[in-house]
Amino acid sequence: MDIFIQQVVSGLATGGIYASLALALVMIYQATDVVNFAQGELAMFATYICWSLINAGMPYWAAFLTTLAIAFVGGVVIERVVIRPVENAPILSIVMVTLGLLVICNSVAGWIWTYLQKPFPSPFSPNPFKVGNVVFGAHDVGQIQVTLLVLLCIYLFFRFTPLGLAMRAAAHNPVSSRLVGIRVGWMLALGWGLAAVFGAVAGMMVAPVLTLEPNLMGGVQIYAFAAATLGGFTSPGGAVLGGFIVGVVENLVGTYVSFIGTELKFTVALAMIIVVLLVKPTGLFGSTVVKRV
Amino acid sequence: MSARHLPRLIGLLALLLAACALPFVLSNFRLFQFSQVYIYAIAILGLNMLTGYNGQFSLGHGAFYAVGAYVSAIMMDRWNVPYGWTIPVAGVLCLIVGFLFGLPALRLEGLYLALATFSLALAVPQILKYFEHWTGGSQGIVLSKPSAPFGLRLNPDQWLYFVTLGVLVLLFWLGANLLRGRVGRAIVAIRDNHIAAEAMGINTALYKSLVFGVSAAYTGVAGALSACVIAYVAPDSFNVFLSVTLLIGSVIGGLASISGAVFGALFIQFVPNWAQDISKAAPWAIFGVFLIGFMYLMPFGIAGGIRLLWIRATRSRVQQEGRSAVPSQAHTTT
Repeated sequence: MDIFIQQVVSGLATGGIYASLALALVMIYQATDVVNFAQGELAMFATYICWSLINAGMPYWAAFLTTLAIAFVGGVVIERVVIRPVENAPILSIVMVTLGLLVICNSVAGWIWTYLQKPFPSPFSPNPFKVGNVVFGAHDVGQIQVTLLVLLCIYLFFRFTPLGLAMRAAAHNPVSSRLVGIRVGWMLALGWGLAAVFGAVAGMMVAPVLTLEPNLMGGVQIYAFAAATLGGFTSPGGAVLGGFIVGVVENLVGTYVSFIGTELKFTVALAMIIVVLLVKPTGLFGSTVVKRV
Repeated sequence: MSARHLPRLIGLLALLLAACALPFVLSNFRLFQFSQVYIYAIAILGLNMLTGYNGQFSLGHGAFYAVGAYVSAIMMDRWNVPYGWTIPVAGVLCLIVGFLFGLPALRLEGLYLALATFSLALAVPQILKYFEHWTGGSQGIVLSKPSAPFGLRLNPDQWLYFVTLGVLVLLFWLGANLLRGRVGRAIVAIRDNHIAAEAMGINTALYKSLVFGVSAAYTGVAGALSACVIAYVAPDSFNVFLSVTLLIGSVIGGLASISGAVFGALFIQFVPNWAQDISKAAPWAIFGVFLIGFMYLMPFGIAGGIRLLWIRATRSRVQQEGRSAVPSQAHTTT
């Protein structure tokens, strides 16, 4: 039982990472129908920036917040400069542009910071702590807290601020929003900025576990993609929950089903998701989009 | 054969002649690269049928490519089957696998289908390593290149070039006939509006899974050819990037266009090499810039871009027809 709880907690911790990145994917998808394949690589890039800041002598949390600000500006700039010119192209062409961004980020990061693995500091104490007989890693617990805090902020932002409302409106119905005076183009850019921030949080939280390298987010992004699909690409809350489910399932499958082990757990997690999708084709919390014929 | 088609036919024949002349002017390595282009073109045409014409996303065609390659390699290696027979067998087997995979995929649309196929692509290298007895595990299977039959004075690379070219021409001819006829119209109708298509009496479920099967068969044949040409198969050459590369090829070349498959294949074969020549330090950054640049210049792919230029050049003649034809031809659903 102790091992079970331990595994669930560490599953929730990784799940939080998937949830943050999945939320970033869903935000951009809802507003523009585009799956941003570069999301993970942008997060990796932001993590490298944070690493450089820390190495230049900045304290951790200051570097953390500075990185978030840089990520936000970077996200907005990328939307304005790279995505805007292909706005009216077919969706798949825009997806190709994000794939281009992916390889550029990956390659440039490898060029600047080399492909060597770098240790990344964790802001939480290295000592695990005990509750009853169960041992928790401090980083795991801290990671869950940070994720939940970010989610709370984002919920409050979208629920209670006029800007959040405007962004939701722009994603939901661009034409009507434009008619009531919302600058839809800028709302999309802000959405990219916020998505980059979530990605950066995910990157900085996962880097101490996986150690920093240019391919840091490859696997994470696939899980995030799975999480978003599982929860439903049309539902931000669902994507977050999907992230936690994927994290926990992945951990438990790897621990308890012996013939699967760590090698195949990836495939198994995905297979389970597909089974879910076959029963509920729009994800657990997605709504079927009613189309006018 | 109407007069309208004559210039196109002459152009195609000229291209074919030029392709036949290549083996006698290029080095073996260049020739090998061109064989690879033809193989990619076949695979991309397969993917294009599914994604471009039928509107079903696939991020997993590398899996069918791998199945084709391994079927061919195992038959040659274990049972000494002549390579010529392994290619149709690989095609038929992939047709069946693709059709079966297409059945559950009927319930999924857009991104959800993309995820399902994507996990197929992720699973394949691991599964291949798991059945070590057949596949040789991560070592792969080493084959020997077949030499030219009938005492033809060609070296293996030249002969394989002609084999791939022949298969390419055959499959493109079949594909063009399929897509331009009654079946092709049904396939496109399902993409554009599946409810309306159903109302007109098209069996959408059957057609969608059949397209999946045919698309997988094309990709499987391409895989089998690649096993012959490269003479080596290993699980790690069929990773996710292969699937993504094929998708890049089909979008860059132009979705829902037959010639686009060739343009896309040229792109994915040669542009990474050029990028390597330009910058040793960050070749993929250059590749990404090329990718984005192409999408800026030709959002409907290379074939779409050429079609637009052609229409602009001959605007006076086909003004009305052209305006309406281009967006619908290059249109893709997600």
